[in-house]
Amino acid sequence: MIEDVEKIFDTRELNVNMGPQHPATHGVLRLVLDIDGETIVKVTPHVGYLHRGIEKLGESLSYFQALPLTDRLDYVSAMSNNIGYCVAVEKLFGIEVPERAKYIRTIVGEMSRISNHLLWLATHALDIGAMTVFIYCFREREWILDLFEMICGARLTVTYPRVGGVRNDVPQEFLDSIWKFTDEFPSRILEYETLIDQNRIWLQRTVGIGVISAEEAVNWGMTGPTLRGSGVSYDIRKHMPYDAYDKVDFEVPIGTTGDTYDRYRCRMLEMRQSNNILRQLIEKLPAGPIMADAPKFLLQPKDMMMPITHPTKELAYVIEEKACKGCGMCLRACPAKAIFGEKKQPHVIKQDLCLQCGNCFVTCKFKALKLIPGGKGMTEEQLKELAAGPMPEEITKAAEYMVKHFEFVKKGPKVPEGELYVATEVPKGELGFYFVSDGSGKPFRMRLRSPSFVHAGVLPRLCKGHLVADVIANIGTIDIVLGECDR
Amino acid sequence: MAVTEVRTTIHPAGTDPVQIAEKIKELFPDQVIDVANFRDQVSVIIKKDMSVAILKYLHDDPLLSFDHLQDLTAVDYLKKKDVRFEVVYGLYSMKYRHQIRIRAQVAEDNPSIGSAVSIWEGANWHERECYDMFGIRFNGHPDLRRILMPEDWEGYPLRKDYPLKGPELEKDWIGFREVIRRSQELKEFEWEG
Repeated sequence: MIEDVEKIFDTRELNVNMGPQHPATHGVLRLVLDIDGETIVKVTPHVGYLHRGIEKLGESLSYFQALPLTDRLDYVSAMSNNIGYCVAVEKLFGIEVPERAKYIRTIVGEMSRISNHLLWLATHALDIGAMTVFIYCFREREWILDLFEMICGARLTVTYPRVGGVRNDVPQEFLDSIWKFTDEFPSRILEYETLIDQNRIWLQRTVGIGVISAEEAVNWGMTGPTLRGSGVSYDIRKHMPYDAYDKVDFEVPIGTTGDTYDRYRCRMLEMRQSNNILRQLIEKLPAGPIMADAPKFLLQPKDMMMPITHPTKELAYVIEEKACKGCGMCLRACPAKAIFGEKKQPHVIKQDLCLQCGNCFVTCKFKALKLIPGGKGMTEEQLKELAAGPMPEEITKAAEYMVKHFEFVKKGPKVPEGELYVATEVPKGELGFYFVSDGSGKPFRMRLRSPSFVHAGVLPRLCKGHLVADVIANIGTIDIVLGECDR
Repeated sequence: MAVTEVRTTIHPAGTDPVQIAEKIKELFPDQVIDVANFRDQVSVIIKKDMSVAILKYLHDDPLLSFDHLQDLTAVDYLKKKDVRFEVVYGLYSMKYRHQIRIRAQVAEDNPSIGSAVSIWEGANWHERECYDMFGIRFNGHPDLRRILMPEDWEGYPLRKDYPLKGPELEKDWIGFREVIRRSQELKEFEWEG
């Protein structure tokens, strides 16, 4: 009977385009589905809609300037990306980070893991049809984002970890709040689990969906909880410990069957482990500096750069009439347009417009610019008088420091020649940075190995043979962010 | 159902990467050009001719068992080295926890190298990206298309002679011109009011 119907209706494979604008694709992922009825025959992912050329940009920026780019990779766990970048650059420079900075970085890294898993759970459950979980998860995620705001002023694109340490020290208030969070969080995880863990719909939608064996998962290059769901215990925090992970005690949850449900369980257990790690770290947090002491490689704090000890703390730049050739270099370099003068005539700085940035000072080839102690209230004659007199030693020193600092910022540090690959465990898997250094202040090649890119490539394998609705579950379970995938 | 693994502190003894490099040298004496060591990371620089055989050996040998392809990328050494490109394979063994990097030299004229997809499925997208960004062809790749850039894009962005900032989009990319033309065409259907 069925055969007869097929003869009449002439069934054939259908080609359906899903995305790039699709709510369940977590970004601009486009999938072309070849379907037979409702069964998937073939999935072809198309990525690259968010390609911004971060690798190329990295080659044109110094090691410090490229750090904010990493926020824009995996924007839901920017903290982890920053840490990955910093760990890699520190290893390239060969500098050791102080203990306190390591602990703080591990704390914020684990916070970011929890917030990432919460967002993953929220959206994954929403995709499958559990709306309530979404609201619950965002409640806790908001707490963590507020804490990020407390330490660095930003919620998502944080750039809080720096090469050599962290930007600011954490206040006690922050630690208290995190402690309170770790007290409450385990019961909140139970709340999520009450909603979906044994839920019949949830089980039907996840158990046995997107099964991948351990060998196959490794062969496909999967990492992170997506791999551990298949029963492979590969966690970079254990295999190649960085920051303070070798000083805390934690377990690596692994699954057995490698289906969507196992990966879900892995992430749930991982959140509990992160919670444990946070508690241990807060208890052990040592005192001390938060930035490495490596003046050859790192930018120094501002007060170290310009040790102005002059009592009034007021300085002014003036142009010496005799030495000025009127070349116009300083005129062009001045961002405030405070320098006036005709060509080949001595220039003058208008003190009330001057920002005291020092650009003119560094650009002048004839040493016509002088840094003198003096305020904005002084007349030009008074300033000229001061410029003609002898200079205090502190001020010549300050000027020297400034020129050094300027050159350091423009050229970058002298990095040892070589190439290295450093991987860190971000919430989504293995984030690797491969640097090739040619000895200059900019990387010769900056390569980003992003877990989302690899995981998006596994989608055809995971979806094959399942139903169209399971494509959504599979996209959720590999936890991809397209900003990271496309770079 | 997921279970929790109990923490193991003792790492299984892996082979020293320097020894692995020696082994490769022994087995493929005329293929290895150099062995570099930087910050305890060893990379073996090889000729491209037998790259797939070397990688297959590293993957299949039970004592090495490099089952995880961490990374596959290329570097353009324009005006820095005689051979312009290097395809870099980052290998890791989950069982023995050792790591090594293989760098295969690829010459500038007709850049091509054997594909590693038959060894690691995960190499598929990495190689496509390499082709997209550097124009290196991977022989035997099942589906070698551009991946991040549009399919009709000209040039290979991560090459060193490719400019950081391109000319104006309207003049350059044919796809953008097409979009502009279509928008002009469809203007007559725009709402008034």
